[in-house]
Formats: sequence, structure tokens, C-alpha cells
Amino acid sequence: MLSREGRQGLTLISPPLLYALLMLAAPLAMVVTFSFWSQNYLDLDTTITLKNYRDAWTKPIYRVLIMRSLNISIMVTIVTVLLAFPMAYFLSFRVKRHKALWLFLITIPFWTSYLLRVFLWKVILGYNGVLNSALMGLGLIDEPMTFILYNVNAVVITLAHAWAPFAILPIFVALERIDRSLLEAAEDLGDGPVRRFFRVTLPLAMPGVMAATLIVLIPTVGDFITPKLVGGREGLMISNMIQIQFGKANNAPLGAALAITSMVIVASISLVIYMAGRWFRGRTP
Amino acid sequence: MRFMRIFSRNWLLIYASLYVFFLYAPVVLLPLFAFNASSIIAFPLTGFTTEWFSVLLETKALHRAVQNSLVVGLITAVISTILGTCAARAMIRFGFPFKRGIVGFIMLPLVLPEIIVAVALLVLLMQLGFPLSIWSVIGGHVLICVPFSVAILSSAFQGLDKNLEEASMDLGETGWGTFWRIIFPLILPGVISSLLITFTISLDEFIIAFFLTGTEVTLPVYIWSQLRFPAKLPSVMALGTILLAMSVLLLILGEWFRRRSAKRQGLDASSTRGFMQ
Repeated sequence: MLSREGRQGLTLISPPLLYALLMLAAPLAMVVTFSFWSQNYLDLDTTITLKNYRDAWTKPIYRVLIMRSLNISIMVTIVTVLLAFPMAYFLSFRVKRHKALWLFLITIPFWTSYLLRVFLWKVILGYNGVLNSALMGLGLIDEPMTFILYNVNAVVITLAHAWAPFAILPIFVALERIDRSLLEAAEDLGDGPVRRFFRVTLPLAMPGVMAATLIVLIPTVGDFITPKLVGGREGLMISNMIQIQFGKANNAPLGAALAITSMVIVASISLVIYMAGRWFRGRTP
Repeated sequence: MRFMRIFSRNWLLIYASLYVFFLYAPVVLLPLFAFNASSIIAFPLTGFTTEWFSVLLETKALHRAVQNSLVVGLITAVISTILGTCAARAMIRFGFPFKRGIVGFIMLPLVLPEIIVAVALLVLLMQLGFPLSIWSVIGGHVLICVPFSVAILSSAFQGLDKNLEEASMDLGETGWGTFWRIIFPLILPGVISSLLITFTISLDEFIIAFFLTGTEVTLPVYIWSQLRFPAKLPSVMALGTILLAMSVLLLILGEWFRRRSAKRQGLDASSTRGFMQ
């Protein structure tokens, strides 16, 4: 028998819960079912088969795309988190007044249309782009650099930009929670700034770093705009293939199998990172 | 020597300035090219013009897309704020079985790649024989907006004094009456801030709209279709500039309401609480 409070709480949360069940759980279950079906030209063949998964795991093109997506996402995550940490540190430890204003300043660029931001990176990195004209104007290079657009580098730069606030904010929150007297204690006990950072600040900031890692890693695997606009041929990722399967190729079951395969891989990597984070935290109480 | 000393003392500030420059680099280009006379998006700039803005006024397809986006954004904002209010209130005020699991499930879209949400909904709608329309886009947008609304509103509910409710009940108000006369006015700034932010998210969202939109496209889908034509790019830049100005305005409004709500509840208005939690 539920308490009155429990009943009230459940009644109140049931509309959003029902919505999530209907619009998220049911569709996800549908995708899983779909991935075991197959496409017969215009019709769906609803006999259960593992063919899509066999294709996804054995055909070189899908394997290459999945591996590349993972590589790019991991690279993006590392770059984004490494770049974001000093910024978050600066916000938390150096900025004394107007912290909220600084945070606001950081988030503003991200309310421009995502599409346009990615497109503008293309303008910056292109052959006649802003970066090349600027460097040539300054006489630093003689001819335009070509290794920065339409390849993996461009995808990494663009995504590191796109996900910056999602990395800064969780790290910032974790740094804000650090009890400042602990740092003083470390100093009094003879730790220099570097030792203090590695022995006190960094371990205590680890939950934030972990959160940032997961927040950046998971969605970047699913992005298909950035690879399409700035990635060129060698920058295409698995999401582009999923989009093609649901669109032009008209093979939704294969698309579903690819989507689920990449989700499962990402979820297991995330789990490993999460466990590693907990283990790390367990060691430094 | 002197330079080195300044550098070593201020390297964090220097780094932060460079980082902010990196963050703003693409955005700053938007107005530059929107007012640039040349139809090619490249430096050097050639002269000032407002031609690209007047092109926008004449493009019928764009007006239709703007209209669709506004409808989608408004309906999304209202529905997700209502659902978010329920969830946030239940989460803060009540304990109930499976609370962590239920709340976690409602917040799940926050960490799910959008392409998965989009593909999943597409598959379901296809199977049910539902035609794609702006309603399918709204369905997807509400799903990803509810977690943001919950996050904003739970900080509004957190500051609420439980005694006020109890006093109201003791004085004979019904539960519903207490909600409208006591709780709602107190969380109103949070509600408005949630409406503004969910509206902005829906307005900018591309991936779900791309998969679920039928013949009636939303603004980002329209922009995507224009990016292929180099001749259309300057007017896309002009459009982007207008959108940026509008988003910033909406966000400043939202932030202002959030702070007012914090002040009304006697919290430190400059605190960053609720900004992220």
C-alpha cells in the first residue's frame, strides 16, 4: 500500500512519464524490432533475421565508419575536455565577481543556429577561408593550407567548438564545490602549487571531468551535420550512413541495426569510463 | 624578462581570452558577411549593403518556414513546460517508489544522441502509418525539451517554502487553489524562463526536424536546403544574424526572469544555481 505522499508524487509525475514511455520507450522498442526485420524493395519483410547485424559487423564499409566515428568522437572528447578544463579553472578560481555574467558570455555563441556555426567553420577553415587569408596576409604562410578542411581535423575542431560549453559547465560546477580550505591545508602541509593541483584539485574535480567526458562523447557519435559539411570523404561518420539508410538507400532496418550497434558500443564505452571514474574516486576519498 | 613574468602570472587569463576568442570566432563572422556587399562568402570584405536583408523579405518559402518554426516552438514550449512543471514538482516535493529510475528516464533524452531519438520516432510513426507533419516535429521537440524544463523548474521549486502551502491548506484552500494562488505566482519567473529556453531550443533544433518534418519545413531545415546554393549564402548569413539577435534577446529575458525568481525567494541572485542544475 502506497503512502499518501507516494500516491501524490506518482500522480504528478505520470503525465511526463507517460509521454516519455510513449515517445521514447515505445519508439526505441520499435527500432530494436525493426533492426531484426529486412527491407524487400518497397516492403518490409517481418521475418526475424540477424542479417542486418551481420552486415553491420562484417561489411568493411560499416566497420570502417563505426571505428572512425569512435576515433573521431574520442579525439573530440579529449580535445574538448582538455581545452575546457583551464577555462573552467579560470572561471572558478580566478574570476571573483560577475561569475554568472562570464558563464552567460560563454554560452551565448551556442544559441546561434548549429547549422550556421558548422557552416561558418567551413568559411574559416576553407581554401580561401578566413584563416588562410589572415595567415597569408600576415606573411606567415605562402600558400593556403589544405590540411584543415574536408578531413578529420576539421571535424575535430568544429565539434570541439560546438561542445565547449557542455564540457566547461560540469567541470566548473565540480570545481566550485571544492572546499577551499582543503587547498589551504595542502599548502600548509607543504605542497607546492603543482603537487597541490594534482593531489587535491584534480581528484576532487574528477566527477565534473567524467560528466563532461560523457556529455561530449555520447552525442558526438550521433552527429551527421558536421562530418557532412566539413568532413569531406575521409571525415564521414556512421551517422551519415544511418541517415542515408533511412533516406536515399531506403533500408530502414539496416539503418536501425547500425544505430543500435553504435549506441551499444558507445554505451559500453561510457560505462567503462563511468566505472573508471568511480574507481578513481574510491581511491581518493 | 618582464614579458615572461607577466605571462607566467597571467597565463590563465591569457588562455581564457584566447578561448573566448575561439568560441566567438564563427559567430562574429555572421554579421560581417550579412552586411558585406560581395555575394561570395570570403575576405576581403567589399562594402556595406543591406541588400541581403531585403532579399529575405521577398522569399515566400522562408516566411512559411518561419511561421512553421514559430508554431512548433510555441506549442513545444507550452507542452514541455507543463510536463516539466509536473515532473519538477513531483521530484522536489514528494518521495515515491522508483523515483530515481522514473526521473532518470524522463531526463534520458539529454544524453541520447538526437539522431537516435529522431530515427526511433520516425520508425514508430512509419509503422503506425502516421503522416509526417509539424506535429511529429513537435512530438520529438517536446521529448528533448522536457529535461531542460525540469532542470530549470526544479530549482524554482527548491526555493519554495513548504510552510506557505501548509498555511494555505490550513486556511481552507483546496490543493488546486493553493497551486494557482500560492505556488504558481512564486514559480512564475521559472515558468517563463522555461518557456523561453524550450522555445529557443526548438527554434534551433535541426536533426529531429530534418527526419520528422513533412512538406512543411521548419526554419533550420530550410536553412539546410539553402546551404547547397552558393548564391543563397549571403541571405542565409543575414537570416542567421537576425536569429542570433533574437536568441540572445530571448536568453537575456530568460536569465532576467530566473534572477527575479531567485530574488523573490530570497536567494543570492548572482549565484549560478539553476543555471546548470
